[in-house]
Amino acid sequence: MPPGRGRSALVAWEAPGPPAGPLLNPLCTDLAVFWEVCRVGRAVFKNRWLPYALVLPQILITLVFFFWPAFQSLRLSVLRVSPFGDRVFFVGLRNFQQLLASTEYLISVVNTVVFTLGVTLVTLIVSLVAALLANQKIGGQSLYRTALLVPYGIAPPVAGVVWLFLFHPAYGIVQYALSFFTDWELNWYVNGAVAMTLVILTSAWTHLGYDIAFYLAGLKLIPQELLEAASVDGATPLQRLFYVTLPLLSPITFFLVVMNMIYALFDTFGVIHAITRGGPGTATETLVYKAYKDGFLAMNLGSSSAQSVILMLLAVVFTWLQFRFTERRVSY
Amino acid sequence: MGWYRRLMLRIALTVAVALVAAPAGAQPIEAQFWHAMGGRLGEVVQELVDRFNESQDQYRITAVFRGNYAETMTAAIAAYRARNHPHIVQVFEVGTQTMLMSGAVYPVYQLMADQGYQIDWDDFVPPVLSYYSTAEGNLYSMPFNSSTPILYYNKTAFAQAGLDPERPPQTWQEVEEFSRKLLAAGAAECGFTIGWPSWTMIESTRAWHGLPFATYENGYTSLDTELLINDAFTVDHIARLAAWQGERIFRYGGRGGDAEPLFINGQCAMMIQSSAAQGGFRNAINRFEWGTAMLPHYGGEYPKVNSLIGGATLWVLAGKPEREYAAVAAFLKFLSEPEQQAYWHKETGYVPISRSAQALLEEEGYLDANPDQRTAYSQLTYSPPRPETRGLRLGNFVQIRDVIEEELENIFRGQKNAKQGLDDAVRRSNQLLREFAALYQ
Repeated sequence: MPPGRGRSALVAWEAPGPPAGPLLNPLCTDLAVFWEVCRVGRAVFKNRWLPYALVLPQILITLVFFFWPAFQSLRLSVLRVSPFGDRVFFVGLRNFQQLLASTEYLISVVNTVVFTLGVTLVTLIVSLVAALLANQKIGGQSLYRTALLVPYGIAPPVAGVVWLFLFHPAYGIVQYALSFFTDWELNWYVNGAVAMTLVILTSAWTHLGYDIAFYLAGLKLIPQELLEAASVDGATPLQRLFYVTLPLLSPITFFLVVMNMIYALFDTFGVIHAITRGGPGTATETLVYKAYKDGFLAMNLGSSSAQSVILMLLAVVFTWLQFRFTERRVSY
Repeated sequence: MGWYRRLMLRIALTVAVALVAAPAGAQPIEAQFWHAMGGRLGEVVQELVDRFNESQDQYRITAVFRGNYAETMTAAIAAYRARNHPHIVQVFEVGTQTMLMSGAVYPVYQLMADQGYQIDWDDFVPPVLSYYSTAEGNLYSMPFNSSTPILYYNKTAFAQAGLDPERPPQTWQEVEEFSRKLLAAGAAECGFTIGWPSWTMIESTRAWHGLPFATYENGYTSLDTELLINDAFTVDHIARLAAWQGERIFRYGGRGGDAEPLFINGQCAMMIQSSAAQGGFRNAINRFEWGTAMLPHYGGEYPKVNSLIGGATLWVLAGKPEREYAAVAAFLKFLSEPEQQAYWHKETGYVPISRSAQALLEEEGYLDANPDQRTAYSQLTYSPPRPETRGLRLGNFVQIRDVIEEELENIFRGQKNAKQGLDDAVRRSNQLLREFAALYQ
């Protein structure tokens, strides 16, 4: 909406003052086309109550579907309740104490660390390679890009089921193909490392599209002159990659590291539930999966809520990290 | 008023009267039934419900499939907490103690008496009755689909390996011997696999050998019960299974029914699984002949007693309007009739829960034509149940079974040896039992 114009009965548009953009958003210097972001103006409402009325639906939804359950979790985390809710005891921090002292919780923490690192690394590396390849000037470029982005649109449980059909020990196609070459059985019911690898790969595959989209956008922003200057100076393609491309992609890489870790920590329940269900034993039981098992299968709502509270604190830490470092650790 | 207005008024009045009068007379009483029977089993359940609805017009039952046993139970509990629960819910046997202590249940014996039905409780098969009754002998939930683990074996593979296809293994020694022969002849890639590991290899195997699962008569007489499964018998048995994996005599294929494809596609020549798998096997297996047998036994000093019930029963939840329980009682009475039980058994392989149903099947000559269907019933009634073998009454049993199966998987994948794994299973399970007891002291 152009400044100085757009007067309606309800809203007037104030011309923007000095650009508030760059202080709020480091992308502004690069993406000058998004001037709404960089040269944002202010809307002034004539009616005092209208803005509140307009955001009220969203606030109600947030209150009912986010704040209320979160509050219930906090409340349940200091209680011990029977499954049907007929017995309720206040136990203070005992749920947390028991959790932190139990070996099973420690195992799930270790699993989560391994899983998160695995998913993050695999996703980043594969999507970077894929984006570099898809960025070349070849025929069918848009077809390749679409094909790379499509898996992101598949719901995680569906992706899990697809990979289950590929890798199931009894009826999986991969197991069948392997049987022609080797005696080794891909049976993740008895091999925890294989089970973990399987869920890492499936989760990474589902999330590739997200990273590829960002990397493709990032690659487009690299000025051709820099690359040409580098090759004039005698840099090999690999040296151009490591000394020019990757440093210029570092803001996006950092952003994606955080987003991938958040995805691996909190959004991978569907995949694990569709394939291994935390098994074999506890080999693929991550923090989120253990919270589900303890709450919904074992009906131990107190312990499950305590785990949810710990996960919430983890999410807070990540969010803080993201805000704090977004403007700093990037090199131009 | 003009003629038009009078006409409209008359029409409106007629419609209003019709709307008010009609429900008072013709509307059947409705009740909701949540179950966990998917696939073919679900179709048969729907058939039974349809039969009931069509046989009379006073009551109408709506059956809803809510996922597997654990999901159905969780959904029912959540619905109860929101006061939006069904009248009848199918809960598996491990949920028995949780349901009994919940205060949310309308006991079946009381419901039937209140509604004026005369039920011959002694007609029910003893292990089924004793699992779901209190110590005083009052039945709290209606038996519906009860099963027990049996041995399925591939007759075609047996013949190929030079074994008699009508002579299944009866002892664990024979299981090992037959498996070696099958592997040597290339008739199978593995000797046997199992389903529901805790239920088949620990719970039922111990009861079959007359051994208790937990103290205080498996939890029937006190909440202070503790598990006994890390004794020499089970440690030996599990260690043997783990060792057999190396020679492919035993292959672990997952929990529940996850390993069924191994038997169905002929990879494993035998499978120890619920008798309720028969229906599915009949539909899916067409490449080889198969038969059933009772669970293998070690013999020696151990008697053959009885195996344990699995499956589920129908629990009636309290808190609904009084008149709706008439529909519930009528439906439960319908399901327990010998004709319905016989139909249910023929289509699924679940055990007929009453002696009269079993007698009807014998009379019809059905069991002579299908002798495999006798196996489960014979195994359940082999000897009169003892205090150690009449059932399990443990709190938090859903979680305990999960713990046991987790530790079994740790043993099968070589992370722990059998003694360690079972010791850990007992330790963790006892902790869960103490937590449950603390809620109800």
